[in-house]
Amino acid sequence: MIEAENLCKHYAGVKAVDGVSFAIPRGVCFGLLGPNGAGKTTTVEMLEGIKTPSSGDIRYKGEPLGQRFRNEAGIMFQHTALQEFIRVDEVLKMFQQFYSHTRPIKELVEVCALEEFLTRDTRKLSGGQKQRLLLAIALINDPQVVFLDEPTTGLDPQSRRNLWHQVRRIKAENKTLVLTTHYMEEAFELCDEIIIMDHGVIIAQGNPKELLANHFDNSVITLPLSALPADFRADEASTLHPQDGQMEILSRDVDATIHYLAAQHIPLKQLQVRSPTLEDLFLELTGHHLRT
Amino acid sequence: MSIRRFLAALQARNLEFLRDRTALGWNLIMPVLIVMGFAFAFSTGQEELYKVGLYGQSEQDLAIHDFLQTRYVDFIAVDELERMIDKVDRHQIDLLLDLKNNRYWVNSSSPKGYLLEQLLAPYQLKREAVSGSEIRYVDWVIPGVLGMNIMFSALFGVGYVIVRYRKNGVLKRLRATPLSAFEFLSAQITSRLLMIVAVTVLVYAGTNLVVDFRMVGSYWLLLLILVLGALSMISVGLLVAARITSEEAANGLLNLISWPMMLLSGVWFSLEGSHPLVQNLALALPLTHMVDAARVVMIEGAGLADVTDQLFTLFLFTLCFVSIGSKTFRWE
Repeated sequence: MIEAENLCKHYAGVKAVDGVSFAIPRGVCFGLLGPNGAGKTTTVEMLEGIKTPSSGDIRYKGEPLGQRFRNEAGIMFQHTALQEFIRVDEVLKMFQQFYSHTRPIKELVEVCALEEFLTRDTRKLSGGQKQRLLLAIALINDPQVVFLDEPTTGLDPQSRRNLWHQVRRIKAENKTLVLTTHYMEEAFELCDEIIIMDHGVIIAQGNPKELLANHFDNSVITLPLSALPADFRADEASTLHPQDGQMEILSRDVDATIHYLAAQHIPLKQLQVRSPTLEDLFLELTGHHLRT
Repeated sequence: MSIRRFLAALQARNLEFLRDRTALGWNLIMPVLIVMGFAFAFSTGQEELYKVGLYGQSEQDLAIHDFLQTRYVDFIAVDELERMIDKVDRHQIDLLLDLKNNRYWVNSSSPKGYLLEQLLAPYQLKREAVSGSEIRYVDWVIPGVLGMNIMFSALFGVGYVIVRYRKNGVLKRLRATPLSAFEFLSAQITSRLLMIVAVTVLVYAGTNLVVDFRMVGSYWLLLLILVLGALSMISVGLLVAARITSEEAANGLLNLISWPMMLLSGVWFSLEGSHPLVQNLALALPLTHMVDAARVVMIEGAGLADVTDQLFTLFLFTLCFVSIGSKTFRWE
């Protein structure tokens, strides 16, 4: 559906995106992950035709981005203001007029749950309501590809779950989705394929579950640092990653490691065992945390 | 160009303007207040200065040398006798001296003219009386105030608004749709022009109710002048907004453009007798041409042929600024 070849975007002395290539197949939910400043938004804005690449090539259905792409793409930006003093229903009608092929507004109102604030001034919407409206605008032309740039940043957990639900509905309609996020959990929940970016380059690419399986054959055991003696050493099956008052023990053999901990008379009351996450993968690949 | 997309963008901008009650109220009330203020301030007809036109030169200069030294009288050298006689007729100057032929013109109904005439009595010049009714300052200033209101509305309503759209992401959102820059800009220009015409008509009618002012020309011609003037200044706003991304920078630049226009375009006072440099500078400002044309139509009843130069100049300004503005326009 979309192919990016060796994309670069350079600003005075800064390489925001530095030689990124990938292909987004039709019908998948494609995630761009990375910490703030990794180059996700710049990359996605080049894909959206908003920013012009310094070099490299983008093709939509084999053609350079043009009027066809603008007619068939739906975009939800990270920061968007709408014209002021205009009601939700009027915004929808205006955007509907911009496209030749559109979805009925009634349907969008239902899909994005806009009914309760349909006649409200757009300035008076809550964060979650505004995101739902922006999503409805992104869907108004019944797009074949939908871009969502950090759609849940700043939303409360309930609004975030709500938006995930809507993204799943869009996926069910067999549309192609391009999603940027710095929430690993979100990417894991929604994406079929991801690229992880850091400092303008791709550091990992693939299906999220396969990526974890390929990089990790272990589980994470967490204990408070205060529960461990100062001279604590790992057993043969594990490695140690202390952070934020916690000790993360990456273990290939959970049973053996827990036996070892018990044998050391370490209190196991606050012990937690979990599978590795994309967050752990990012840490493993870059040596630093995602949200720092 | 898709008419459907253009109309959608136009309607959104119109709603935005009409529903912003504070700005709309300000647009309507401010000019009326200004005119009322002037009508009140000058209702006594007490201007500080006396104005005397000096036509030609002669040895008489020496003879009336003492008169030329009179304090609080502004002596202006003039070279168009007919036009200056008209000005005496309309009380725009208090007295006109033709030094070569030892004569002077004074309006029999002008109190200031009468006083100056008394001062002139010892020099025994020939009196030429005219008797036209007075053009009050408020009659003279109305076209200027209307023009000034149009200027502010055009510059800030287009320039500032587009920069705000760019900064807060409205432009980015619109760019991601099939709406073209041409359609978007046309909608902005049309919306602002419609609003300016509507507001100006209301302000004109409202002001006329409060201060019954002089309008002897054609209303259609006046409308044409106001439309062309508004377009030329909207296009200046467009030029300012083409690339700027900060509202503060736009605000500064728009003030930098609007204040000289307000002071040098003959809105408040005639530039007659001012430094030639200032007069030439004034010709580079669209507001000058609009106010000039509106003034001669309203006060003197000038026809289309009399204001062709100004209309043509305003058209050229528009063409020039719109071309550059739309060529350099950036969504981001």
